[in-house]
Amino acid sequence: MSKNEIDSRRRQAVAKWEKLRNNPVPFIYIGAGSCGLAAGAAETQAAVEDYLKRKGIDARIIQVGCIGPCYLEPLMDVQMPGRARISYGNVMAKDVARILNAFFDDGQIPKDHLAGHFGDGEIDGIPSFYDLPMLKPQVRIVLRNCGIIDPDDIDHYLARDGYKGFEKCLSMNWMDVLDIVKRSGIRGRGGAGFPTWRKWETCRNTKSDQRFLICNADEGDPGAFMNRSLIEGDPHAVLEGMLIAAYTIGASQGYVYIRAEYPLAIKRLRTAIGQMRELGLLGPSILGSDFSFDIKIKEGAGAFVCGEETALIASIEGKRGMARTRPPFPAVEGLHGKPTIINNVETLGTLANILRNGADWYAGFGTETSKGTKTFSLVGKVRRTGLIEVPLGIKLREVIYDIGGGTQKPFKAVQSGGPSGGCLSEEFLDLPIDYEHLAAAGAIMGSGGLIVVDSDTCIVDMAKYFMSFTQKESCGKCVPCRVGTRHMVEILEKICDGKAELADLDKLEKLALTVKNGSLCALGGTAPNPALSTLKYFRPEFISHVKDKRCPAVSCKNLVIYRVIAGKGTGCQRCVKVCPTGAISGPRSEPHNLDQSKCIKCRSCYEICRFDAIAGDAIVIES
Amino acid sequence: MANGGLSAIMQEFKGERGDLIPILQRAQGLDGYLRPDAIRCISRWLKISENEIYGVATFYAQFRFHPPGRHHIKVCLGTACHVKGGEQILAMTKQRLGVETGQTTVDGNYDLDRVACLGCCALAPVVAFDDKIYSQMSVLKIQRFLDEQKRD
Repeated sequence: MSKNEIDSRRRQAVAKWEKLRNNPVPFIYIGAGSCGLAAGAAETQAAVEDYLKRKGIDARIIQVGCIGPCYLEPLMDVQMPGRARISYGNVMAKDVARILNAFFDDGQIPKDHLAGHFGDGEIDGIPSFYDLPMLKPQVRIVLRNCGIIDPDDIDHYLARDGYKGFEKCLSMNWMDVLDIVKRSGIRGRGGAGFPTWRKWETCRNTKSDQRFLICNADEGDPGAFMNRSLIEGDPHAVLEGMLIAAYTIGASQGYVYIRAEYPLAIKRLRTAIGQMRELGLLGPSILGSDFSFDIKIKEGAGAFVCGEETALIASIEGKRGMARTRPPFPAVEGLHGKPTIINNVETLGTLANILRNGADWYAGFGTETSKGTKTFSLVGKVRRTGLIEVPLGIKLREVIYDIGGGTQKPFKAVQSGGPSGGCLSEEFLDLPIDYEHLAAAGAIMGSGGLIVVDSDTCIVDMAKYFMSFTQKESCGKCVPCRVGTRHMVEILEKICDGKAELADLDKLEKLALTVKNGSLCALGGTAPNPALSTLKYFRPEFISHVKDKRCPAVSCKNLVIYRVIAGKGTGCQRCVKVCPTGAISGPRSEPHNLDQSKCIKCRSCYEICRFDAIAGDAIVIES
Repeated sequence: MANGGLSAIMQEFKGERGDLIPILQRAQGLDGYLRPDAIRCISRWLKISENEIYGVATFYAQFRFHPPGRHHIKVCLGTACHVKGGEQILAMTKQRLGVETGQTTVDGNYDLDRVACLGCCALAPVVAFDDKIYSQMSVLKIQRFLDEQKRD
């Protein structure tokens, strides 16, 4: 397809999109990202289909990606012909008929489950979706299409200026594109924050007959799902970014290295790549230019370390995913020994926006050294969980309280940067989120996982969790990481079991520094961060585990006991029935006994007493 | 070996070293695990020793070397799931099924695994049963769920 042909295709796409906005029949949008599906979106969709069939209504169902506020999943939007698109949250299958009845039978806009409409300002007392507390402080650049368009329809993407950034690119030489990227100030969104342009320049300036581009979608950090959501919601944004990057560095072959745990994202990518081939956006002489490029998908096989550049390359080459020493950096000597650029999904997803709107526009967001926006997955104990995009430099407090709605129990810490990051305490709430400030505080930006924990979470247990994660995922090549992390886990286990001494804390700290300084790659080099940061900011909690043998959060299994409060139990027998070991006994209508020697602290009795029991709260956990 | 499926899969590849992991993934798709005869066959075709193939395959969590159970239960222990009680859900599942992670129940019905993160962190804690993800689980919900499964 030539440049002219793509223009005419875009005109058709715009017409199609306009038609979508001025719909002749009612449209019902279902948020069908992985998280929406987990919340029950498939059942909701089935209920909608069933409803329309039963009533004989001619309406179209459109599956869209995740728009971000996961706490509202499953989301269903209703757009009556020529009216605004109105979003409803937490729509389970059982709620569908009630909401749709109001629209179709009564001609009303139902108010329960209402989230907002997709327009500006308030209409008839309905707020704009974008004015919701969770959405309002956000700046959506990368996520601009997520939840809005049908990710399986390239025309939706084209109609919203898709591939215009790449077309602009084709009209310039690579040095000018590099200059735009340089002036935009964008830094790698995978975690380390290395300036994107510098890596590209090194790669381009290395003499070679072939160069490779790899999109790193091996989103391994537990608690992070930004890349999954972006690919599921707007795959073409990432693929357009790959075209731009490949053009600039002169790569002829690209790979998307993506986790096999993300089947929906892989499916959407495959569809999108097929559509690109059809339109001549991949293959030889793209859009009539002399630029040729193709993309292959490589599914990761489940190894966290493969998010590290050199391990990722080893994995694509069909080897064990083990890191090697750098230099030579992959930009000079990477895949099959050729210059290779590895960019994160989000970095690539941003590029088309920069090309379309200009470097100065992008540099207008963020701070002096950290430009632009960043997506975060805001999860844990905040009220409003989900995927967000904010300008860099925003304060942690704004993210946790304004966007996330704060915690129900007292806030304890926020963990940023996954297993390589750190835990920050309350005193850091006014810290601006940018690469420098987070690093100075002992955390890192990382790929964007923000996990908020409250007073119910034990910080020692949290450190143990991350250490055992990295210990299991260590590739085993270098000793500090392989052996050091193992010993750190053992010390942390001792602390959690109440068997440690004060000297163990110093030992832990010393060992952490050895692992940090002595490891071969970033996995080991950053693995001790969770332990170091918690030791620094939450030392009293470690001390009470060690000295008092108490877990202040009442969480460490070996330091807590379960007890039936004598006066409170009514003998309803629910806990007796649910106890898997028969530790609770007692006749009906009389207070029950809990035999500590049989109790495995599985929490079943505690939960049932809060949800189902007649007395409620008769079982307590104490430390 | 007379495994037509595997030969058909190998036809799709060029036989380069870099094809090893994709081929293993596809081979596992056939039987649910990597059969020793499949590995032998791949080894001859790619001219990589069986030893080395096992070296690669055991490095990655995805590959299995034993026949899978009929259903696959994966308890997510990502950070968000962990802070919301994923460990206890795993402990209860182990207790109920009478297996450790990585094992299959004696009746061959269930495999139990822990996974690092399913990426549904905002709805934590989650458990995957075959391809479906169940969100906002609790110790009680998993017990009821397993009871229902047994009945069906």
